[in-house]
Amino acid sequence: MVTEAQVWGWLAEVPDPEIPVISVVDLGIVREVSVGEEVTVTVTPTYSGCPATSVITFEIDAALRRQGITPRIETRIAPPWTTDWITAEGRDKLRAYGIAPPVDGTAPTGRRVARMVGGNFTVACPRCGSTETEEVSRFGSTPCKAAWRCKSCAEPFDYFKCH
Amino acid sequence: MADAADLALRMGDSTLILGHRVSEWCGHAPILEEDIALANIALDLIGQAQMWLGLAGETLGRSADQLAFLRDAGAFRNLLICERPNGDFGHTLMRQCLFDGWHLAMLRRLIGSSEPRVAEIAAKAEREVAYHFERSSDLVIRLGDGTGESHARMQAALDALWPWVGEMFTGDATDAELAGAGIAPAPESLRAEWDATMDEVLAESTLIRPESDFAQLGGKQGRHTEHLGHLLAEMQFLQRAYPGATW
Repeated sequence: MVTEAQVWGWLAEVPDPEIPVISVVDLGIVREVSVGEEVTVTVTPTYSGCPATSVITFEIDAALRRQGITPRIETRIAPPWTTDWITAEGRDKLRAYGIAPPVDGTAPTGRRVARMVGGNFTVACPRCGSTETEEVSRFGSTPCKAAWRCKSCAEPFDYFKCH
Repeated sequence: MADAADLALRMGDSTLILGHRVSEWCGHAPILEEDIALANIALDLIGQAQMWLGLAGETLGRSADQLAFLRDAGAFRNLLICERPNGDFGHTLMRQCLFDGWHLAMLRRLIGSSEPRVAEIAAKAEREVAYHFERSSDLVIRLGDGTGESHARMQAALDALWPWVGEMFTGDATDAELAGAGIAPAPESLRAEWDATMDEVLAESTLIRPESDFAQLGGKQGRHTEHLGHLLAEMQFLQRAYPGATW
Protein backbone atom coordinates (compact mmCIF):
# COMPACT_ATOMS: atom_id res chain seq x y z
CA MET A 1 0.00 0.00 0.00
CA VAL A 2 1.35 3.35 -1.07
CA THR A 3 1.31 6.19 1.44
CA GLU A 4 0.97 9.91 0.78
CA ALA A 5 4.43 10.46 2.27
CA GLN A 6 5.92 8.04 -0.25
CA VAL A 7 4.28 9.88 -3.14
CA TRP A 8 5.55 13.22 -1.82
CA GLY A 9 8.99 11.66 -1.59
CA TRP A 10 8.92 10.52 -5.21
CA LEU A 11 7.64 13.92 -6.37
CA ALA A 12 10.50 15.60 -4.48
CA GLU A 13 12.79 13.85 -6.98
CA VAL A 14 11.05 15.30 -10.04
CA PRO A 15 13.11 18.23 -11.31
CA ASP A 16 11.68 21.43 -12.73
CA PRO A 17 12.38 21.15 -16.47
CA GLU A 18 13.75 24.69 -16.76
CA ILE A 19 15.61 24.89 -13.45
CA PRO A 20 16.59 21.27 -12.79
CA VAL A 21 18.29 21.94 -9.44
CA ILE A 22 14.92 22.37 -7.78
CA SER A 23 12.08 19.90 -7.67
CA VAL A 24 8.43 20.47 -8.44
CA VAL A 25 7.82 20.18 -4.69
CA ASP A 26 10.45 22.86 -3.91
CA LEU A 27 8.75 25.10 -6.43
CA GLY A 28 5.47 24.82 -4.53
CA ILE A 29 3.38 23.72 -7.49
CA VAL A 30 2.34 20.36 -6.03
CA ARG A 31 -0.57 21.42 -3.83
CA GLU A 32 -2.07 18.13 -2.76
CA VAL A 33 -1.51 14.42 -2.87
CA SER A 34 -4.30 12.03 -2.01
CA VAL A 35 -4.11 8.27 -1.93
CA GLY A 36 -7.35 6.34 -2.19
CA GLU A 37 -8.50 3.96 -4.85
CA GLU A 38 -6.24 5.97 -7.08
CA VAL A 39 -3.42 8.42 -6.51
CA THR A 40 -4.36 12.02 -7.25
CA VAL A 41 -1.80 14.77 -7.55
CA THR A 42 -3.04 18.37 -7.69
CA VAL A 43 -0.77 20.81 -9.49
CA THR A 44 -1.02 24.60 -9.63
CA PRO A 45 0.82 25.97 -12.67
CA THR A 46 3.16 28.97 -12.39
CA TYR A 47 2.81 31.57 -15.15
CA SER A 48 -0.14 31.23 -17.57
CA GLY A 49 2.11 30.91 -20.59
CA CYS A 50 4.98 28.97 -19.06
CA PRO A 51 5.94 26.31 -21.62
CA ALA A 52 7.27 24.10 -18.82
CA THR A 53 3.76 23.45 -17.47
CA SER A 54 2.84 20.60 -19.79
CA VAL A 55 6.31 19.09 -19.41
CA ILE A 56 5.92 19.14 -15.63
CA THR A 57 2.64 17.22 -15.83
CA PHE A 58 4.30 14.69 -18.09
CA GLU A 59 7.31 14.32 -15.76
CA ILE A 60 5.10 13.79 -12.71
CA ASP A 61 3.11 11.18 -14.55
CA ALA A 62 6.28 9.41 -15.71
CA ALA A 63 7.88 9.47 -12.23
CA LEU A 64 4.85 7.83 -10.62
CA ARG A 65 4.45 5.30 -13.41
CA ARG A 66 8.02 4.19 -12.66
CA GLN A 67 6.70 3.30 -9.19
CA GLY A 68 3.87 1.30 -10.73
CA ILE A 69 1.25 3.98 -10.17
CA THR A 70 -1.02 5.50 -12.80
CA PRO A 71 -1.82 8.85 -11.21
CA ARG A 72 -4.67 11.21 -11.85
CA ILE A 73 -3.20 14.67 -12.25
CA GLU A 74 -5.51 17.58 -11.62
CA THR A 75 -4.81 21.21 -12.40
CA ARG A 76 -5.99 23.82 -9.94
CA ILE A 77 -5.54 27.49 -10.72
CA ALA A 78 -6.99 29.01 -7.55
CA PRO A 79 -5.52 30.27 -5.36
CA PRO A 80 -2.94 31.34 -7.95
CA TRP A 81 0.63 30.16 -7.57
CA THR A 82 2.94 32.52 -5.72
CA THR A 83 6.68 32.45 -5.10
CA ASP A 84 5.82 32.50 -1.36
CA TRP A 85 5.26 28.76 -1.86
CA ILE A 86 8.88 28.08 -2.84
CA THR A 87 10.36 26.15 0.08
CA ALA A 88 13.33 27.34 2.16
CA GLU A 89 15.28 24.38 0.80
CA GLY A 90 14.31 25.37 -2.73
CA ARG A 91 15.58 28.90 -2.14
CA ASP A 92 18.93 27.59 -0.93
CA LYS A 93 19.20 25.36 -4.00
CA LEU A 94 18.41 28.28 -6.31
CA ARG A 95 21.10 30.44 -4.70
CA ALA A 96 23.68 27.66 -4.92
CA TYR A 97 22.84 27.27 -8.61
CA GLY A 98 23.42 30.98 -9.24
CA ILE A 99 19.81 32.19 -9.25
CA ALA A 100 18.90 34.81 -6.63
CA PRO A 101 15.71 33.64 -4.86
CA PRO A 102 12.66 35.93 -4.73
CA VAL A 103 12.61 38.82 -2.28
CA ASP A 104 9.26 38.31 -0.55
CA GLY A 105 6.82 41.19 -0.52
CA THR A 106 8.06 42.75 -3.75
CA ALA A 107 5.44 41.34 -6.13
CA PRO A 108 4.29 43.93 -8.69
CA THR A 109 1.34 46.03 -7.69
CA GLY A 110 0.79 47.57 -11.10
CA ARG A 111 1.56 50.95 -9.56
CA ARG A 112 3.79 52.69 -12.00
CA VAL A 113 7.11 53.43 -10.40
CA ALA A 114 8.86 56.17 -12.29
CA ARG A 115 12.32 55.31 -13.61
CA MET A 116 12.10 51.94 -11.99
CA VAL A 117 15.04 50.39 -13.77
CA GLY A 118 17.38 49.47 -10.97
CA GLY A 119 14.35 48.50 -8.93
CA ASN A 120 13.13 49.73 -5.60
CA PHE A 121 14.55 46.84 -3.58
CA THR A 122 17.85 45.05 -3.16
CA VAL A 123 18.75 41.62 -4.47
CA ALA A 124 21.92 39.99 -3.13
CA CYS A 125 24.29 38.58 -5.75
CA PRO A 126 24.07 34.76 -5.58
CA ARG A 127 27.81 34.49 -6.31
CA CYS A 128 29.50 37.01 -4.01
CA GLY A 129 26.64 38.08 -1.73
CA SER A 130 27.07 41.79 -2.54
CA THR A 131 23.95 43.93 -2.54
CA GLU A 132 25.57 46.34 -4.99
CA THR A 133 23.42 44.97 -7.81
CA GLU A 134 21.13 46.37 -10.47
CA GLU A 135 18.29 45.20 -12.69
CA VAL A 136 19.13 44.85 -16.37
CA SER A 137 15.69 43.75 -17.53
CA ARG A 138 12.48 42.81 -15.76
CA PHE A 139 12.08 39.86 -18.11
CA GLY A 140 14.70 37.15 -18.32
CA SER A 141 15.38 33.77 -19.84
CA THR A 142 12.10 32.32 -18.54
CA PRO A 143 8.82 34.00 -17.52
CA CYS A 144 9.72 33.64 -13.83
CA LYS A 145 13.11 35.35 -13.96
CA ALA A 146 14.57 38.84 -14.40
CA ALA A 147 18.08 39.68 -15.57
CA TRP A 148 20.33 41.39 -13.01
CA ARG A 149 24.02 42.14 -12.68
CA CYS A 150 26.38 42.50 -9.76
CA LYS A 151 28.47 45.67 -9.64
CA SER A 152 30.91 44.16 -7.14
CA CYS A 153 31.93 40.94 -8.93
CA ALA A 154 30.75 42.17 -12.35
CA GLU A 155 28.82 38.94 -13.05
CA PRO A 156 25.34 38.88 -14.57
CA PHE A 157 22.82 36.68 -12.79
CA ASP A 158 19.19 35.56 -12.91
CA TYR A 159 16.76 36.77 -10.27
CA PHE A 160 13.68 34.64 -9.56
CA LYS A 161 11.00 37.34 -9.48
CA CYS A 162 8.62 37.66 -6.56
CA HIS A 163 5.20 36.73 -7.90
CA MET B 1 -28.97 36.08 -22.05
CA ALA B 2 -25.23 36.73 -21.99
CA ASP B 3 -23.21 34.38 -19.82
CA ALA B 4 -19.64 33.71 -18.71
CA ALA B 5 -18.85 32.20 -22.12
CA ASP B 6 -19.50 35.54 -23.84
CA LEU B 7 -17.17 37.30 -21.44
CA ALA B 8 -14.55 34.56 -21.73
CA LEU B 9 -14.66 34.73 -25.53
CA ARG B 10 -14.09 38.49 -25.50
CA MET B 11 -11.25 38.27 -22.99
CA GLY B 12 -9.76 35.25 -24.72
CA ASP B 13 -9.84 36.83 -28.17
CA SER B 14 -8.32 40.11 -26.97
CA THR B 15 -5.45 38.34 -25.19
CA LEU B 16 -4.92 35.89 -28.06
CA ILE B 17 -4.81 38.55 -30.79
CA LEU B 18 -2.62 40.95 -28.82
CA GLY B 19 -0.41 38.03 -27.77
CA HIS B 20 0.06 37.06 -31.40
CA ARG B 21 0.79 40.66 -32.39
CA VAL B 22 3.43 41.00 -29.67
CA SER B 23 4.95 37.66 -30.65
CA GLU B 24 5.64 39.10 -34.11
CA TRP B 25 8.51 41.01 -32.45
CA CYS B 26 10.31 37.78 -31.57
CA GLY B 27 13.76 38.08 -33.15
CA HIS B 28 13.18 41.69 -34.29
CA ALA B 29 13.28 43.86 -31.14
CA PRO B 30 15.86 46.65 -30.92
CA ILE B 31 17.87 44.94 -28.15
CA LEU B 32 18.04 41.41 -26.77
CA GLU B 33 16.45 42.25 -23.40
CA GLU B 34 13.43 43.80 -25.08
CA ASP B 35 13.12 40.87 -27.45
CA ILE B 36 12.95 38.55 -24.45
CA ALA B 37 10.55 40.83 -22.58
CA LEU B 38 8.17 41.01 -25.55
CA ALA B 39 8.28 37.24 -26.03
CA ASN B 40 7.52 36.73 -22.33
CA ILE B 41 4.57 39.10 -22.44
CA ALA B 42 3.24 37.40 -25.56
CA LEU B 43 3.51 34.05 -23.75
CA ASP B 44 1.59 35.35 -20.73
CA LEU B 45 -1.17 36.69 -22.96
CA ILE B 46 -1.45 33.52 -25.03
CA GLY B 47 -1.46 31.45 -21.82
CA GLN B 48 -4.30 33.57 -20.51
CA ALA B 49 -6.12 33.19 -23.83
CA GLN B 50 -5.87 29.43 -23.44
CA MET B 51 -7.68 29.62 -20.09
CA TRP B 52 -10.36 32.05 -21.29
CA LEU B 53 -11.01 30.17 -24.54
CA GLY B 54 -11.01 26.89 -22.62
CA LEU B 55 -13.80 28.28 -20.46
CA ALA B 56 -15.74 29.68 -23.43
CA GLY B 57 -15.31 26.40 -25.29
CA GLU B 58 -17.02 24.41 -22.53
CA THR B 59 -20.25 26.20 -23.40
CA LEU B 60 -19.61 26.44 -27.14
CA GLY B 61 -18.61 22.79 -27.42
CA ARG B 62 -15.21 23.51 -28.93
CA SER B 63 -11.66 23.33 -27.60
CA ALA B 64 -9.49 26.40 -27.04
CA ASP B 65 -7.40 25.36 -30.06
CA GLN B 66 -10.44 25.01 -32.27
CA LEU B 67 -11.65 28.45 -31.25
CA ALA B 68 -8.23 29.98 -31.89
CA PHE B 69 -7.40 28.34 -35.18
CA LEU B 70 -10.69 27.50 -36.88
CA ARG B 71 -12.74 30.68 -36.72
CA ASP B 72 -12.79 33.42 -39.32
CA ALA B 73 -12.40 37.11 -38.54
CA GLY B 74 -16.12 37.80 -38.18
CA ALA B 75 -16.36 35.34 -35.28
CA PHE B 76 -13.61 37.03 -33.24
CA ARG B 77 -14.67 39.29 -30.36
CA ASN B 78 -11.39 41.05 -29.53
CA LEU B 79 -11.02 44.77 -28.93
CA LEU B 80 -9.86 46.48 -32.11
CA ILE B 81 -6.79 47.98 -30.41
CA CYS B 82 -5.40 44.44 -30.06
CA GLU B 83 -5.27 43.89 -33.83
CA ARG B 84 -3.57 47.20 -34.66
CA PRO B 85 -0.30 46.55 -36.50
CA ASN B 86 2.87 46.85 -34.41
CA GLY B 87 4.35 49.92 -36.08
CA ASP B 88 7.69 50.87 -34.56
CA PHE B 89 8.86 49.80 -31.10
CA GLY B 90 7.41 52.95 -29.51
CA HIS B 91 4.05 52.34 -31.17
CA THR B 92 3.99 48.78 -29.84
CA LEU B 93 4.77 50.00 -26.31
CA MET B 94 2.14 52.72 -26.44
CA ARG B 95 -0.49 50.19 -27.57
CA GLN B 96 0.61 47.89 -24.74
CA CYS B 97 0.44 50.64 -22.13
CA LEU B 98 -3.05 51.82 -23.18
CA PHE B 99 -4.26 48.20 -23.18
CA ASP B 100 -2.45 47.12 -19.99
CA GLY B 101 -4.02 49.97 -18.01
CA TRP B 102 -7.47 48.77 -19.07
CA HIS B 103 -6.56 45.07 -18.71
CA LEU B 104 -5.33 45.46 -15.14
CA ALA B 105 -8.39 47.46 -14.05
CA MET B 106 -10.68 44.93 -15.76
CA LEU B 107 -9.01 41.89 -14.15
CA ARG B 108 -9.13 43.48 -10.71
CA ARG B 109 -12.87 43.86 -11.06
CA LEU B 110 -13.29 40.37 -12.53
CA ILE B 111 -11.67 38.90 -9.41
CA GLY B 112 -14.98 39.79 -7.74
CA SER B 113 -17.07 38.19 -10.50
CA SER B 114 -20.20 36.27 -9.51
CA GLU B 115 -18.89 33.47 -11.75
CA PRO B 116 -16.18 31.59 -9.78
CA ARG B 117 -14.38 30.30 -12.89
CA VAL B 118 -14.04 33.84 -14.23
CA ALA B 119 -12.76 35.06 -10.86
CA GLU B 120 -10.13 32.30 -10.77
CA ILE B 121 -8.72 33.08 -14.20
CA ALA B 122 -8.72 36.80 -13.42
CA ALA B 123 -6.83 36.27 -10.16
CA LYS B 124 -4.14 34.29 -11.94
CA ALA B 125 -3.79 36.74 -14.84
CA GLU B 126 -3.82 39.85 -12.65
CA ARG B 127 -0.35 39.19 -11.22
CA GLU B 128 1.12 38.86 -14.68
CA VAL B 129 -0.61 41.94 -16.03
CA ALA B 130 0.58 44.05 -13.09
CA TYR B 131 4.09 43.31 -14.39
CA HIS B 132 3.10 44.15 -17.95
CA PHE B 133 1.71 47.52 -16.94
CA GLU B 134 4.67 48.45 -14.75
CA ARG B 135 6.97 47.78 -17.68
CA SER B 136 4.94 49.38 -20.46
CA SER B 137 4.21 52.55 -18.47
CA ASP B 138 7.84 52.83 -17.41
CA LEU B 139 9.04 52.61 -21.00
CA VAL B 140 6.38 55.02 -22.28
CA ILE B 141 7.65 57.54 -19.74
CA ARG B 142 11.29 57.01 -20.62
CA LEU B 143 10.71 57.27 -24.36
CA GLY B 144 8.18 60.12 -24.10
CA ASP B 145 10.47 62.11 -21.84
CA GLY B 146 13.52 60.99 -23.84
CA THR B 147 15.15 62.45 -26.93
CA GLY B 148 13.41 64.66 -29.46
CA GLU B 149 13.13 61.68 -31.78
CA SER B 150 11.70 59.28 -29.21
CA HIS B 151 9.28 61.95 -27.92
CA ALA B 152 7.97 62.65 -31.43
CA ARG B 153 7.46 58.96 -32.13
CA MET B 154 5.61 58.38 -28.85
CA GLN B 155 3.34 61.35 -29.43
CA ALA B 156 2.61 60.10 -32.96
CA ALA B 157 1.82 56.64 -31.56
CA LEU B 158 -0.52 58.09 -28.93
CA ASP B 159 -2.33 60.21 -31.54
CA ALA B 160 -2.65 57.27 -33.94
CA LEU B 161 -3.94 54.84 -31.27
CA TRP B 162 -6.30 57.22 -29.50
CA PRO B 163 -9.38 56.40 -31.67
CA TRP B 164 -9.04 52.79 -30.49
CA VAL B 165 -9.15 53.64 -26.78
CA GLY B 166 -12.85 54.41 -26.46
CA GLU B 167 -13.97 50.89 -27.37
CA MET B 168 -12.45 49.53 -24.16
CA PHE B 169 -14.94 51.65 -22.20
CA THR B 170 -18.03 51.38 -24.40
CA GLY B 171 -20.54 48.72 -23.45
CA ASP B 172 -23.12 46.98 -25.63
CA ALA B 173 -26.16 44.87 -24.81
CA THR B 174 -23.95 41.87 -23.94
CA ASP B 175 -21.87 43.96 -21.55
CA ALA B 176 -25.03 45.28 -19.89
CA GLU B 177 -26.30 41.75 -19.33
CA LEU B 178 -22.94 40.62 -17.98
CA ALA B 179 -22.87 43.59 -15.61
CA GLY B 180 -26.45 42.93 -14.55
CA ALA B 181 -25.57 39.34 -13.66
CA GLY B 182 -22.48 40.48 -11.72
CA ILE B 183 -20.23 38.51 -14.08
CA ALA B 184 -18.24 41.53 -15.31
CA PRO B 185 -18.10 45.26 -14.63
CA ALA B 186 -19.79 47.71 -17.00
CA PRO B 187 -16.96 48.87 -19.31
CA GLU B 188 -17.83 52.51 -18.63
CA SER B 189 -17.13 52.01 -14.93
CA LEU B 190 -13.42 51.42 -15.61
CA ARG B 191 -12.87 54.74 -17.37
CA ALA B 192 -12.29 57.06 -14.40
CA GLU B 193 -9.56 54.85 -12.94
CA TRP B 194 -7.90 54.43 -16.33
CA ASP B 195 -8.05 58.17 -17.01
CA ALA B 196 -6.44 59.00 -13.66
CA THR B 197 -3.61 56.48 -14.14
CA MET B 198 -3.01 57.38 -17.76
CA ASP B 199 -3.04 61.12 -17.11
CA GLU B 200 -0.27 60.54 -14.59
CA VAL B 201 1.76 58.48 -17.06
CA LEU B 202 1.25 60.97 -19.89
CA ALA B 203 2.14 63.95 -17.71
CA GLU B 204 5.39 62.34 -16.71
CA SER B 205 6.00 61.32 -20.32
CA THR B 206 5.56 64.97 -21.40
CA LEU B 207 3.04 63.67 -23.94
CA ILE B 208 -0.17 65.52 -24.82
CA ARG B 209 -3.42 63.61 -24.39
CA PRO B 210 -5.47 63.91 -27.60
CA GLU B 211 -8.71 65.85 -27.23
CA SER B 212 -10.96 63.89 -29.57
CA ASP B 213 -13.47 61.51 -28.01
CA PHE B 214 -14.05 59.69 -31.29
CA ALA B 215 -14.06 55.94 -30.71
CA GLN B 216 -13.86 53.30 -33.41
CA LEU B 217 -16.18 50.49 -32.33
CA GLY B 218 -17.10 47.03 -33.59
CA GLY B 219 -14.50 44.49 -32.43
CA LYS B 220 -16.64 43.02 -29.66
CA GLN B 221 -19.44 42.49 -32.17
CA GLY B 222 -17.19 40.88 -34.79
CA ARG B 223 -16.74 43.90 -37.07
CA HIS B 224 -13.00 44.11 -37.55
CA THR B 225 -10.42 46.14 -39.42
CA GLU B 226 -8.67 44.73 -42.47
CA HIS B 227 -5.66 43.88 -40.30
CA LEU B 228 -7.27 40.97 -38.45
CA GLY B 229 -7.67 38.82 -41.57
CA HIS B 230 -3.98 39.13 -42.37
CA LEU B 231 -3.05 38.26 -38.81
CA LEU B 232 -5.28 35.18 -38.86
CA ALA B 233 -3.89 34.08 -42.22
CA GLU B 234 -0.50 33.72 -40.57
CA MET B 235 -1.63 32.51 -37.15
CA GLN B 236 -4.01 29.87 -38.51
CA PHE B 237 -1.93 28.76 -41.49
CA LEU B 238 -0.87 25.40 -40.13
CA GLN B 239 -4.34 24.23 -39.07
CA ARG B 240 -5.82 25.46 -42.34
CA ALA B 241 -3.17 23.81 -44.50
CA TYR B 242 -2.99 20.58 -42.48
CA PRO B 243 -6.40 20.19 -40.80
CA GLY B 244 -6.19 18.40 -37.46
CA ALA B 245 -2.39 18.37 -37.39
CA THR B 246 -0.95 17.64 -33.94
CA TRP B 247 2.53 17.15 -32.53
